[in-house]
Amino acid sequence: MILTAIVLCPLLGALVMGTVGHRKGADALNVLFSFLTFGLSIVLAFLVFTGGAVTGGAEQLYSDGFSAIFVVITGGVGATTSLFSLRYMAIEKARGHLGAERTRLYLTLYQVFILTMLVVLVSNNLGILWVSLEGATLATVLLVAWTRTPASVKAAWKYFILCGVGIALALFGTILLYFASEKTLGPGGTALLWTHLNGVKTTLEPTVIGLAFIFFIVGYGTKVGLVPLHSWLPDAHAEGPTPISAVLSGLLLNVALYAILRIKVLADGSLHNHLTSRLLLGFGLVSVLLASLSMWRRQDIKRLFAYSSIEHMGLATFAFGLGGPVGAFAGLLHMTSHSLIKSAIFFVVGHVVQTSGSQKIPEIRHIGERTPALARALTIGGLAITGLPPFAIFASEFLILSTAVVRAPWALPPLLLALLITFGVVFRRIQEMTSGAEGPALPSSSSPPVLTFYPVWIHFGLALVIGLFFPESLGRLYHSALLSIGLTNGQ
Amino acid sequence: MSPPLPAHPLANYLIQFLGSALLMSAFAMLALRRMTSLVRIFALQGILLTLSTLAVAILSSETHLLFSALFTFAFKVLLLPAILFRLLNRLRIQGEVEALVNVPSTMVLGLAIVVFSFTLAGPISELASTVSKGLIGVGLASLLLSFLMMISRRKALTQVIGFLGMENALFFSAINATYGMPMVVELGVAFDVLVGTFVFGIFFFQIRETFESLDLKHMDTTSME
Repeated sequence: MILTAIVLCPLLGALVMGTVGHRKGADALNVLFSFLTFGLSIVLAFLVFTGGAVTGGAEQLYSDGFSAIFVVITGGVGATTSLFSLRYMAIEKARGHLGAERTRLYLTLYQVFILTMLVVLVSNNLGILWVSLEGATLATVLLVAWTRTPASVKAAWKYFILCGVGIALALFGTILLYFASEKTLGPGGTALLWTHLNGVKTTLEPTVIGLAFIFFIVGYGTKVGLVPLHSWLPDAHAEGPTPISAVLSGLLLNVALYAILRIKVLADGSLHNHLTSRLLLGFGLVSVLLASLSMWRRQDIKRLFAYSSIEHMGLATFAFGLGGPVGAFAGLLHMTSHSLIKSAIFFVVGHVVQTSGSQKIPEIRHIGERTPALARALTIGGLAITGLPPFAIFASEFLILSTAVVRAPWALPPLLLALLITFGVVFRRIQEMTSGAEGPALPSSSSPPVLTFYPVWIHFGLALVIGLFFPESLGRLYHSALLSIGLTNGQ
Repeated sequence: MSPPLPAHPLANYLIQFLGSALLMSAFAMLALRRMTSLVRIFALQGILLTLSTLAVAILSSETHLLFSALFTFAFKVLLLPAILFRLLNRLRIQGEVEALVNVPSTMVLGLAIVVFSFTLAGPISELASTVSKGLIGVGLASLLLSFLMMISRRKALTQVIGFLGMENALFFSAINATYGMPMVVELGVAFDVLVGTFVFGIFFFQIRETFESLDLKHMDTTSME
């Protein structure tokens, strides 16, 4: 019931936006629908954590604690991003960058995007999960090309082709999984349902499942942005409108990693070896290293933070590869805090680009003198994303590193080096932008547009609360979530 | 599921023949230069898929595969090629020819892919209980050949045909390994492919508007960091 509602709400939103999206006030309606979805996601989480996993829609929909956490993150960040995009779009409109039709396209696709991600999360059928993850690409590809500049069209094409190829490989994985499960579960509807698969996972043929997992991690890993399949990500993040960069980075990457983790649980049950963990460890570590090295020479502020997303998704992947109760917990916490902080950073960056008229770092100077609040937000964002205490990423990175000491000590030196590099690069760039060192003189610009900050402060505030106090109830929730899917089993 | 009929040798030959024809068509795509021929080959692949689905359906008496065959015919032989031909017309690129470099080495690479796929699919085929289990390798090989086509060609439309070819190969693998995916999944996949084709169509116009050509080499000169 609640599961159906949570899917229908953004669907209805998309239909409404499709019909009235060009009218005045449609963007407020978009916020309304997004918050309605958020409300429903909280209700779902409440039901799941008090009464256990829920099933709906003739077993096609299913949510346990693990997916409920991601549903709440998706609903929450989706809602605050709709708030941010209210102001962002108003500024773009005032500058004559978009007409009514483009607004309608944007709002409709925004709801479709939220819809597809929620379907991925609450779908019990791994085939439908694939269909809607592909749907998420289709919804965002037009949004990336939304500004119609040559660079954005090129970025969108690259995104489309690479993720299309990736997702095709994941479909082959799905076929192999179905092939293995059909022997025990019989042909037809139930052989792709996660709940049924989880029941028989120990009887699945290991050779087939091992091969399937490789196809899955390559396929869905393309969407997570794991190196070496990441090359679409910086372009798509940099060229799309900034609210979309925020949800791509904060939500879509999470959802793709969520899909891999669901499959990992099944594969571990069948394989009884370290294949899945080792793959996650390897992909994770390489991503962290390469992303941090790539940040070194980035001159584009959105690309800089896009590479930081690759780094953090790599860290989360690495954490799940470490496994065990603490490793998995750290991974989940890291995904949560990254969602909160990175989307907030993109909100700030959106305004930085709007007030400076450029996203090239050398051309962005004197933020501190023009709009002090923006400079403060950017600095705090930098502190939070590079993992300084007291923000949540510090807590999760600390847990990841301390687990790595025990389980993969060889990985520590490269990890620490990578974290150090990102810290240095992000801080140096932020400092250059907020002050005016060696930059063009302060332009005597007209009064800057009205900016909105409360979505930013909400996110940073939450990250601070998690990092400082880490409420015990939340900790229990996370543990029960990991237990419900069975990710806490050590190697 | 009724037990498979005692395999009739002729029917088996037919299935094998259709499988090898599909593999040939994947190779043909790698070497063809003319846009219209590519779309025709894609339609031919649709026909081969329909026939082989039909043959598997009859041989295994899986009635739902008859529906799949019908659907494939409508979708991949009629609808998608029609959309593609219409696009070629509207973009006025029917006769366009793509300069290909290194067809021979691509072919050799393709052969290596086929060997690799059959090695990989061997153990899986032994586990399969379908009448056409020997063809799982063909599916994997066509998948990777289409993939090769996507990365080796530089025209937007060619990449799309490669994408659709990959989807064909996936469908073929599903039919031969498990008599097809559950219907709801198959319909979902088809829906995605349809939406994807429309999005590609929109893109063609955007790319041509922005770069005044559908050749992606013009895109490469767009400076991105």
